[in-house]
Amino acid sequence: MAKLNTKPNIAAPDDFYADLLAIHDGLSKEESDALNARLILILANHVGDRETLAEALAAAQARN
Amino acid sequence: MLDKPVETGGKKIFETPLYPYRQSPDQKPDAKVHHPVVIIGAGPIGLAAAIDLAQMDIPVVVLDENDKVSWGSRAICFAKRPLEILDRLGCGDPMVDKGVVWNVGKVFFDDRQVYDFNLLPEKGHKRPAFINLQQYYFELYLVERVFDLQRQGKPIELRGGNKLVSVKEKDNGVNLSIDTPDGPYRMDCDWLIACDGAGSPVRAMMGLDFVGRVFEDNFLIADVVMDADFPTERWFWFDPPFNRGQSALLHKQPDGVWRIDLQLGWNIDKEKEKQPENVIPRLKAMLGDDVKFELEWVSIYTFQCRRMEKFRHGHVIFAGDAAHQVSPFGARGANSGVQDTDNLCWKLKLVMDGLAPDSLLESYDVERIHGADENIMNSSRSTDFITPKSEISRIFRDAALDLSERYDFARPLVNSGRLSVPCVYDGSPLNGPDLLTDAPARTRPGAPCPDAPLGEGFLLGRLGGKFQLLAIDAEVPDRIEDGGIVAEALRISAADDPSGDLAARYLGAAKSAVYLLRPDQHVAARWPSYDEAAVKAALRTATGRA
Repeated sequence: MAKLNTKPNIAAPDDFYADLLAIHDGLSKEESDALNARLILILANHVGDRETLAEALAAAQARN
Repeated sequence: MLDKPVETGGKKIFETPLYPYRQSPDQKPDAKVHHPVVIIGAGPIGLAAAIDLAQMDIPVVVLDENDKVSWGSRAICFAKRPLEILDRLGCGDPMVDKGVVWNVGKVFFDDRQVYDFNLLPEKGHKRPAFINLQQYYFELYLVERVFDLQRQGKPIELRGGNKLVSVKEKDNGVNLSIDTPDGPYRMDCDWLIACDGAGSPVRAMMGLDFVGRVFEDNFLIADVVMDADFPTERWFWFDPPFNRGQSALLHKQPDGVWRIDLQLGWNIDKEKEKQPENVIPRLKAMLGDDVKFELEWVSIYTFQCRRMEKFRHGHVIFAGDAAHQVSPFGARGANSGVQDTDNLCWKLKLVMDGLAPDSLLESYDVERIHGADENIMNSSRSTDFITPKSEISRIFRDAALDLSERYDFARPLVNSGRLSVPCVYDGSPLNGPDLLTDAPARTRPGAPCPDAPLGEGFLLGRLGGKFQLLAIDAEVPDRIEDGGIVAEALRISAADDPSGDLAARYLGAAKSAVYLLRPDQHVAARWPSYDEAAVKAALRTATGRA
């Protein structure tokens, strides 16, 4: 993990988490899945850097 | 007013025998028949190979069980690089004059247009990014070029009604049995080039592998003649109301013929779907009830992405769909096949002339397998986007399409086919040194030469068919020879192109350059200035004699 920031980086994490859940309020499973996919693509584009993205993909894959 | 399709005695071109069966002296009993090169298949790839060889004065016989150009638009999109190769083969002009050039594409999702794009092709090229042209015209112009060469006395023969029935490898050659309306005959050849399509009978007769991925889907393709005012654009639909859950494509071709591709899904009755009473309602739903049209051709295809493990098997060499098959998205079938023969023919000539070792042909495998793998990867990715294979892949596909309506960033993710671009033979054993520092990567060794304006014409018009030393503001001798192989000088100056494209593509920050170029217009090596020993060494490397 060279480029991906895995340290705490979000100010007011509880607020963000609540916001993340709030956008799913009242959505069906299908609508939520679609929203998540759009969100992933938007965030991935913001990151842009392929190495960082590759590390993020691997980080998401890693399970204990 | 629509142009009428070419008519020949009241028949359409694909209904007209162009090279009908005629008995050859080879069929006389007890004739001992030997030909240097025999090509199986008079499709786009076989004809391109035959023309290339005949232009180099290698006698060539093309055998095909048929005697006409193919029916239906089939390959339809021809990209810049194959058009440049056709220029070298002497038949680029009729293709481009007839073809339809388009730059604007529209992408639809569900019931709405999500975005449009303009390809904005790079300036300073003789040929467009690509043209739409029915495969029957493509084949027709190649056949006409064959007839031209025959009139010039070139050793090229096209035998219709000649069906290959067996292939037997022998020492330093191949033994063939051929069936004709007058019965069978035999011939020997030194080299056999199999351009006999995805179902290659040669490959089957030799029991060779053809492994890869089958895509479980069916596409209805229709050539529709209509007097409609759709603009000259490429329209692609994902999940449209008239073809729910599937995709659709509308493309303009010459003569008022439109190409329509409708994805049908997997579990369908192909014969039933092909019937006009089933096709016409589908097309009406797409085009609108009031559009008058006529069906010229309907076909249903499934496709596979696969290739042979090796394209060269002794004295039998496979090219085009016979060697590799891709999905149609991105127009990489015929386009890559023409690049196969472009790569092969000069090598075969050197080997036949005894100037290069047989092992030079191994580089055909290396370079064109590299090309095939690139094409298979790109066309498989397009297919996975167009026809998602899992729930999550559909979710991401739809997310990208949704976002593309509002946000630019998502548009490059939308994949309705990536246009065929020529591959760079990075890592090829034929590549020499790249000693031109600060030069553009696009002209590195292994790359096909990009076109550029040069004086009143274009650079590529002066390249190809032989080894060349391209000197840009550098001193080189008129010719250099090594082991009987000659490279001729072409001296130019960056000042020959006031637009600056030539310098941008071949010099970058460098002040001068010397390029060693192959007969197929690929870069072999480059330096800032001429060094005889270095050029000779690179010439040996590029011809498999290092």
